[in-house]
Amino acid sequence: MPISAISMDESLAKLERFKKEVMKELKAPSDLSIDAQIEMFRKMALIREFDTNVKSLWKQNFIYGLAHAYIGAEAIAVGACGALKMGDYITSTHRGHGHVIAMGGDVKKMMSELMGKADGYCKGKGGSMHIASVDDGMLGATGIVGSGMPIAVGSALTAQVLKKDYVTVCFHGDGGTNQGVWHESLNLAAIWNLPVIFLCENNQWAISLPYDKAAKNPKVADRAVGYGIPGITVDGFNPFDVYEAVQDAAERARKGEGPTLIEARFYRYIGHFVADDERYRDTTTSNPWDESMDPLKRMREYLIKSGAVNEEKIEKVYSSAVKDVQEAIEHAKAAPEPDVEALYNDVYSPEFIKKYGGV
Amino acid sequence: MSRVITIKQALNEAHLEEFERDPKVVILGCDVGIRGNPFGLTKGLYERFGGERVRDTPISEAAIVGTCLGAAATGLRPIAEILFSDWITIPMDQIVNQIAKIRYMFGGKINVPLVIRAPVGAGGGQAAQHSQSFEAWFSHIPGLQVVMPITPYDAKGLFKTAIRGNDPVLFFEHKRGYEITGEVPDANEDYTVPFGEAVVRREGKDITIVAISIMVHKALTAAEALSQMGIECEVIDPRTIYPFDYETVVKSLKKPHRLIVAHESNRRSGIGAEIVSQVVEKAFEELDERPAIVAGLNVPMPYSRSLENFVIPSDEKIKHAVLQLMDRA
Repeated sequence: MPISAISMDESLAKLERFKKEVMKELKAPSDLSIDAQIEMFRKMALIREFDTNVKSLWKQNFIYGLAHAYIGAEAIAVGACGALKMGDYITSTHRGHGHVIAMGGDVKKMMSELMGKADGYCKGKGGSMHIASVDDGMLGATGIVGSGMPIAVGSALTAQVLKKDYVTVCFHGDGGTNQGVWHESLNLAAIWNLPVIFLCENNQWAISLPYDKAAKNPKVADRAVGYGIPGITVDGFNPFDVYEAVQDAAERARKGEGPTLIEARFYRYIGHFVADDERYRDTTTSNPWDESMDPLKRMREYLIKSGAVNEEKIEKVYSSAVKDVQEAIEHAKAAPEPDVEALYNDVYSPEFIKKYGGV
Repeated sequence: MSRVITIKQALNEAHLEEFERDPKVVILGCDVGIRGNPFGLTKGLYERFGGERVRDTPISEAAIVGTCLGAAATGLRPIAEILFSDWITIPMDQIVNQIAKIRYMFGGKINVPLVIRAPVGAGGGQAAQHSQSFEAWFSHIPGLQVVMPITPYDAKGLFKTAIRGNDPVLFFEHKRGYEITGEVPDANEDYTVPFGEAVVRREGKDITIVAISIMVHKALTAAEALSQMGIECEVIDPRTIYPFDYETVVKSLKKPHRLIVAHESNRRSGIGAEIVSQVVEKAFEELDERPAIVAGLNVPMPYSRSLENFVIPSDEKIKHAVLQLMDRA
């Protein structure tokens, strides 16, 4: 047994704390129609299916480079983006597939991008770590932890200066909270009352380092006090809890009352990236987090129990997600490779390239 | 009609006029607002355009620059000011990994109309952390443009081009050059200076000197003295480091067939090495002598006046390099 950053006992203790401090029963907010709830489930299913397939496609060498799955976090992106309006923006992390889907992105274009194909979102030049669906308001994933923070602040600055009504949600991870730019960004947004929502996806692991070993106070939301803004903790496995917090924060932001820090606490019960062997934690017996916490399982059970859907309907919704992903895979496999002629395109603007030739 | 103003005034006018012309232009930086920048470059901006567009920031360079990127990506035309270019190391991730690459990484979907303005240069005893010029670093990064004006006309015209373009610009003015005077058109006359077009500041048949930023003036001083000795130097001011106008340099070499590159930043892996290597590749047959580089010495800038004078390349050093190449040292 290798040295473990956290034992099974510690993991169990954390789970108990999570249940006591953060976990809330699912209950759909009154403004969410049954159709809207089903749509949330569909997007969560799409993320789950997409990223489950990404792992096997990576192992089969259809996907190159690095890929980080959004499995287990589905409730956060879908809950948060569900509370947004047309014209709102988000910035992403290195774990961006879920954010694209939650903003209504196209899984075909995303799968093509992951396979490095010409018709991918980034023309095959970005891949998983730089996935972006700008036209949907998703301002892009980044391979550098914490680096999206000021970009979200800048998007909010545009809204304020040009008197636009949109808000920007800045997704980031617990790992990002110990970067200097995280603090600078919260401070800047706070002093200027910018319409931005800092949404920390606290999965409690920065690759191999558990968050309680990365921060003396492991409650991210507490840090809001230092910047004079509200800090809220929500159940990151519960899409409705995330939805309501983001909706409130967006309302405040649109009224000119400034940023909010939301900590969506959950747990990364899968590996950090597709090939992570998780040697840093005890996975010798069954992981206590997956079965009991699974956001898809919880959402599915809630929708049936609340009478919103029956088993048959929910199966149909899930199957449609499976089908969408299978079609995306077939599409991406058949899509053309990027043309070498296009290599220098987009290093600079088209007008620059016209004048100077791009290199 | 034209008038004579300083580079400092030219840059101040450029800011005021661009703020007036386009309501999407904003500036973020330490002391840019109420104080009007320590050199007066943003004087009057805050009073005329208000705190919404002219933002005094906390000392948070990474957030200043990153925020400008987010603003540029969503429709503003921001200027990020770094008080001394040495501190550009702090927002380096935002510049190198985000600003330079965001258009490319995201499939050409994002415009980056963003100017990072910072004073470079040594002199005046500001020692190791307030004296550097990093043009070579940024020239190395695909996606960035690097501008180094050293006349009032160019400072104003290049700044306007920088603001109006859709690609990120590192705009480096020399802090010992703020008081340099020169002719500019009347205040109401709008003009721009294109990137990638060098200017021949002095014609000569014996040797070509490509001089960067403040070194243009030192090269002209040296050329004047050398002329008395019967040596005629051609002095080229590239004005922009990237895009770089090699055509003008190569064309110039058809007369003298000798090349000196002069820059203030230290020699090792400096921009001079790149310019020489490009010229050798493009026009080896035009060179009758080995090219020479006159540059700062490879040490952190020392404080003491005598040591500092020794490190910063002077007009005398250019003169000496010319005489050596002409076999007259």
